[in-house]
Amino acid sequence: MNFAFSEEQEELRRTVRQFLEAKSPETEVRRLMETAEGYDTSVWKQMGQELGLQGLAIPEEHGGQGFTFIELGIVLEEMGRVLLCAPYFASAVLAANAILNAGTDEQKSALLPGIASGDTIATLAFTEPSGKWDAAGITLEAIESGGKFTLSGEKMFVIDGHVADLIVVVARTAGTSGTDGISFFTVRGDAEGLTRTSLSTMDMTRKQAKLEFNNVVAEPLGAPGSGWPAFSKTLDQAAVALSNEMMGGAQKVLEMSVEYAKVRVQFGRPIGSFQAIKHKCADMLLEVESGKSAAYYASWAAAEDNDELPVVAALSKAYCSEAYFHATAENIQIHGGIGFTWEHPAHLYFKRAKSSEIYLGDPTYHRELLAQRIGI
Amino acid sequence: MDFVDTPAEAAFRAEVRAWLGEYLRGEFAALGPGNGPSDETGWDVRVEWEKLLGADRWVGLTWPKEYGGRAANLAEQIIFNEEYTRAGAPTRLSFFGEGLFAPTLIQYGTEEQKQRFLPKIQAVEEMWCQGFSEPNAGSDLANIQTRAVLDGDEWVITGQKVWTTLAHRADWCFVVCRTEPDSTSHHGLTYLLCPMDQPGIEVRPLRQMTGSAEFNEVFFDGARTAKENALGPVGEGWKVAMATLGFERGTAFMSSQLAFEGEFADILRIAQKNGSAREPALRDELANAYAGLQVMKYNGMRMLTNLVKRGDVGPEASIGKLFWTTWHKRFGETAMSVLGADALTVQRSQDGDYEVDDLHYIFMASRAETIYAGASEIQRNIIGERVLGLPREPR
Ligand SMILES: Cc1cc2nc3c(=O)[nH]c(=O)nc-3n(C[C@H](O)[C@H](O)[C@H](O)COP(=O)(O)OP(=O)(O)OC[C@H]3O[C@@H](n4cnc5c(N)ncnc54)[C@H](O)[C@@H]3O)c2cc1C
Ligand SMILES: Cc1cc2nc3c(=O)[nH]c(=O)nc-3n(C[C@H](O)[C@H](O)[C@H](O)COP(=O)(O)OP(=O)(O)OC[C@H]3O[C@@H](n4cnc5c(N)ncnc54)[C@H](O)[C@@H]3O)c2cc1C
Repeated sequence: MNFAFSEEQEELRRTVRQFLEAKSPETEVRRLMETAEGYDTSVWKQMGQELGLQGLAIPEEHGGQGFTFIELGIVLEEMGRVLLCAPYFASAVLAANAILNAGTDEQKSALLPGIASGDTIATLAFTEPSGKWDAAGITLEAIESGGKFTLSGEKMFVIDGHVADLIVVVARTAGTSGTDGISFFTVRGDAEGLTRTSLSTMDMTRKQAKLEFNNVVAEPLGAPGSGWPAFSKTLDQAAVALSNEMMGGAQKVLEMSVEYAKVRVQFGRPIGSFQAIKHKCADMLLEVESGKSAAYYASWAAAEDNDELPVVAALSKAYCSEAYFHATAENIQIHGGIGFTWEHPAHLYFKRAKSSEIYLGDPTYHRELLAQRIGI
Repeated sequence: MDFVDTPAEAAFRAEVRAWLGEYLRGEFAALGPGNGPSDETGWDVRVEWEKLLGADRWVGLTWPKEYGGRAANLAEQIIFNEEYTRAGAPTRLSFFGEGLFAPTLIQYGTEEQKQRFLPKIQAVEEMWCQGFSEPNAGSDLANIQTRAVLDGDEWVITGQKVWTTLAHRADWCFVVCRTEPDSTSHHGLTYLLCPMDQPGIEVRPLRQMTGSAEFNEVFFDGARTAKENALGPVGEGWKVAMATLGFERGTAFMSSQLAFEGEFADILRIAQKNGSAREPALRDELANAYAGLQVMKYNGMRMLTNLVKRGDVGPEASIGKLFWTTWHKRFGETAMSVLGADALTVQRSQDGDYEVDDLHYIFMASRAETIYAGASEIQRNIIGERVLGLPREPR
């Protein structure tokens, strides 16, 4: 057994942290979260060209660096730490994995190199206005006629859907329900009949869009009708990726709390000397470290692509989202009045945590998945 | 124990109901209950509404008759709040003036001060804000550094207050200052009443995580107020401030607790509509929220009975404050769960600013409730030390 990152992996973390500290300080996060696009094109280019981050876990034969989910997890953790505003999760996690899971070799070769270099921003559109995260939530039907597919309907909460060049859409073949008939399609962001509307997100650092499809011609990705295994796996991988990202944010707010508890003086003493505060910090550490254990283990399972993935994905998403939200809430409490202001970053993490908790399904949903998957 | 209205109480209830039935119409009814003491939506219409309340002495309900009040007892106050909430009437404007300052003034003010200030509160002609907290005096309120010195027949105030809710709306501030230069902690403080509209005062808004700016920094740079505007004895402002905090932790939030019933009804309606009320985990959450709400009410009634019998709420007010703020915070999380994926999005104001709807407002603003009016950690210390008699933490 060896539950530790390798020296190369630690080096990757240092490099990414340095890059993000320089490129995504709080001032940049605040600037970008107020823009419509929500990311900085030159930073995005640098991420792709200098660090190769978008293609980190994409196989070399498709233009990527061929690293594993473990390295991807490290990068996401660092991004979560600084609340990087960029379509990375949408493109490098959601879309790239959907294509890897569902696409034919030919499609992978056609679509992935652009994503890997960062030239293409891609996303995955699956959730609909019903706000469901599972197969039953997919009601948009793909209509086939003369060998061509068209899509009509609505997708909601599509991360970075307003800027994506390439949209991977999860739909279903006509007349199917449940996990039957699940199908992947690709659509260009500027496709005819597609209307994209930016949503006002609670978490301003991560943009979402509503996509309305009106007879949009779509290209099947893989064989239509049999996409459920690929979709299910994509969701599990996304849950693992998000768990890692959340733990980066959780670690950051823990550090903020501890730092503040050391310097803020009331009653002539640092507030961290009061057990009420000290124990809060200790509990946060306990949860953050435990969350990391779950997230890292899940990364390994995803990297191995083994049978444990579905179980640990559900488990880590449930645990890490609660740990993250709790840490951000305590961080506000420990900061007192200042923690409630717009100027202080505490609320940015708090809102990211709540949104991440809900996105892909809340802890209750994931515990239900877990119960099913372990046969309860 | 008896929870049924006496004939006198029933008559009072009928009077309140009839009044609300007659006046709560049109634009006033359209305002809806709103979002607690610092909510500013529909401000001007609410001022008009509050003036109607004041004219018929519903503002100052509990004040002695000689100051324009109705000398209502606690039972009547509760009845009024119940009926007011049930009718869905607008959030009251004068939390700081009527809720905190007026009872302190009645307890500590001179006859002249009461005659000077109470009618203006009732007529909604003067709004108040609370100038207690400072950058280095939050939980440790006694560490106040803002100074006031007498210059002839005026106090001259210099220093900074922070988190001052609605200071930008206020005509007056009750501000606790250090008036004995070499004093420390709770000695040598004086509770001054200071007009806001003057060159020596600058109010700078602070934006909150909800996106709106309800609180402020207030800078006093040689601000002036008349010598007679000290409330209570000079040098004994701590005692007066503690009375205000007592009202803040105790009776002033009574009506907020009733407002929670409305919030619960709203969330339940949404949960039934979007189907989340059928999900076992959320049913449990909602039922738990309801149970907490009722227990909060029973707690409140017991606390108020003590108030009637003993004349003060005492440290037990901390139990109420800790309970309702903890409950409301969790309730805000329940609200987000009920919204499900819809919780991911908020509204935008017309000019594109971050703006939250009622449920997100509860979710976010409830975070402040365990911080202001004595943070939860402080409330627990009070309960431990003053209710249970545990030895004091080293401070
Ligand atoms: C089943 C069992 C097996 C044991 N086996 C062994 C053994 O094999 N060998 C051995 O040497 N001992 C053993 N112990 C003793 C054990 O180590 C002590 O019970 C323990 O150290 C606590 O000491 P105490 O019982 O005197 O409680 P106290 O130290 O008096 O503590 C009482 C309470 O006060 C709290 N407290 C104390 N100090 C602080 C502080 N600074 N801040 C906050 N809270 C505080 C404690 O957390 C606890 O809740 C055993 C105890 C149990 C219950
Ligand atoms: C929305 C809002 C509105 C407000 N409105 C007003 C207003 O109108 N007028 C006004 O005067 N003030 C107002 N306040 C200020 C409020 O009263 C203070 O924020 C509060 O007293 C806490 O002080 P602080 O912010 O300095 O935090 P601190 O006192 O620095 O506390 C930071 C953390 O340390 C903890 N802590 C401090 N001391 C101890 C201890 N001894 N033991 C254990 N834990 C401790 C606290 O509980 C908190 O978690 C408002 C605050 C908010 C958030």
